[in-house]
Amino acid sequence: MTRPTTASERPAGPAGLDPGAFRHLADAQVNVELDTGDMILNLGPQHPATHGTLRLVVRLDGERVISADPVIGYMHRGYEKLTEFRTYPQVTTLINRIDWLSSFANEVPFLDGAEQLMGIEAPPRAKYIRTVLTELSRIATFLLFLGEMGLQVGALTPAFYGFRDREHILNLIEAATGGRFHPNFNRIGGLKEDLPWGWMAECRDAMKIVFDACHTFENLVLGNEIFEARTKNIGIIPAEVGASYGVSGSNLRASGVDWDLRRDGRPYLVYPDLDFQVHTHPDGDSYSRYVVRLEETREAARMVLQCLDAMPSGPIMAKVPRIIKVPEGEVWVETENPLGQMGYYVVSKGATGPFRVKIRSASFSNVSILPWLLQGVYVPDVITILASLYFILGDIDR
Amino acid sequence: MPSPDDAAPGSAAAADAAAGDAAAPASDSDAVVSEGPEGSAGVPPAEASEPMRQEQQELHGRLSVLGDSVIESTQVFDDIVVRIKLESWRRAAEVARHELECDYLSFISGIDWAPAPKEGGDEGASDTSAPVQPTEMTPGAAGAAGRYQVFAHVQSTRRHWGVTFKADVDESDPRVESWVSVYPGADWHERECWEMYGFSFDGHPSLRHLYLPSEFEGHPLRKDFPLLARVVKPWPGLVDVEPMPGEPAEASATAETTDQ
Repeated sequence: MTRPTTASERPAGPAGLDPGAFRHLADAQVNVELDTGDMILNLGPQHPATHGTLRLVVRLDGERVISADPVIGYMHRGYEKLTEFRTYPQVTTLINRIDWLSSFANEVPFLDGAEQLMGIEAPPRAKYIRTVLTELSRIATFLLFLGEMGLQVGALTPAFYGFRDREHILNLIEAATGGRFHPNFNRIGGLKEDLPWGWMAECRDAMKIVFDACHTFENLVLGNEIFEARTKNIGIIPAEVGASYGVSGSNLRASGVDWDLRRDGRPYLVYPDLDFQVHTHPDGDSYSRYVVRLEETREAARMVLQCLDAMPSGPIMAKVPRIIKVPEGEVWVETENPLGQMGYYVVSKGATGPFRVKIRSASFSNVSILPWLLQGVYVPDVITILASLYFILGDIDR
Repeated sequence: MPSPDDAAPGSAAAADAAAGDAAAPASDSDAVVSEGPEGSAGVPPAEASEPMRQEQQELHGRLSVLGDSVIESTQVFDDIVVRIKLESWRRAAEVARHELECDYLSFISGIDWAPAPKEGGDEGASDTSAPVQPTEMTPGAAGAAGRYQVFAHVQSTRRHWGVTFKADVDESDPRVESWVSVYPGADWHERECWEMYGFSFDGHPSLRHLYLPSEFEGHPLRKDFPLLARVVKPWPGLVDVEPMPGEPAEASATAETTDQ
């Protein structure tokens, strides 16, 4: 090969380099099969799609996922151990922080279990207020999802709407309980305080905002071609696979399983008195999870209005001993939380604190399906699937 | 952090319940709905509605497939607790999945029935901020033969019922059959149980740490594993306690001496 030897003979390339000088290198690789060895992609632990510190070790073949291994435990706080060193009223401050988007809903099953063991029942008004606040936290959780799911697939606008409208709900929760995220408002046998003056009227107004928000999301997101292309047929969970992994809540209902603990479980709060519909979707993909949560947001707002209409007067605390000692026994309590089935297996030895509390959190099982679900999907769909499963890290790690 | 006294602010109960020994629950007749913690075996609780009772009876009937494997079964509120022989642990999962139509795995975990060691040794005896657990070992619902038990809850999404299975695990060689081949979701639950209790699950594809770092030693949820945060520094709650009006000031004095 003859090469120009002096600078004046060379054609001037960028940065003074001669493009011809490297041409032979490129030629050499043309007919060689490209090395497509597997690539390990570390998604997280600080990835925005993971709502916290979930790490996914994904093995890739090109753009396709061969296997995925979620690594959890970055936020493990050992709540099951800590409950053994605390009294029953103290435990509620811990379990507030399991699923921090719907803290109020976490408190309900635990106190329900303690009340069952003690043979106490909260007065009707307390039950109604508990139901309202549980459904409000469901709305707050789902409004965030409805906005943020759009964000994860590339639509920025819904996220702002979601955060904006959720603020109204958080303000309501704050006005009633004093805390936006960690109310710690439940007591064994009732509630800390009654609702403030004018709260119910404000709550009714806020429900109008929720209905409007659902309407907005329906128009803005569900009709969107790009959103449908990104979510339809992505991350399909067949009903029997989902159930055997313990996937629960909206995720399982989006797979066509007509199972809602508010209706089908042991009767709790005032759900037996409410008239509500359980929404399912036959497809089981990311899109259907969005549709189901959108419908459930509306249903929750309807339930809140029903509760406000039927709100009884009366005391908010049952007669409870000054020092709470729970008689010996054990009980399994489960409720339908925004993220799915939340359960506590409480074992008491007659002391002021529990002997053993098994915390069954929804996100833990919802996420445990990821190694199965992510096989063979493309990398951008990993984000869609993570967003549509909708988990909270505190709910996985406990 | 609320103290137990915060539990009933402004309620009448605070006034007439004697401070210190209020072990009995509220005896208001209209407040009491449920029975005692454990009913007799096979009898649904009194408040169960008629269709629910029928469902429970059918569930009991189907559980008879397990035959001799069942050591004891009892009704705890609305839940059926079945204690089975350890060697039938995996068969119980198969029966649950196919005969009981329990397609949904709720959780698998363990219990250590050993009495909790007194926190902070004997010196911590006056620390009332932490609950004092009994010092002798008492079994829970459906009984227990030894210290360790593995327990799991499965449910049916169609029939809306659920069963809790328990099995005694050998203390010297804690081994259990894995449920992964029946319920794939058992994978993570068993990994958690393995690291927290040290139960080894035969047939599990990869028993490795789930929450804790891989070099972690010990099994944190065993009762003899101390809560290190409390060992290093006693719980400060007691220091803040001022004596109630009319109470001798001794209580706070002993608190200061134990908090050294």
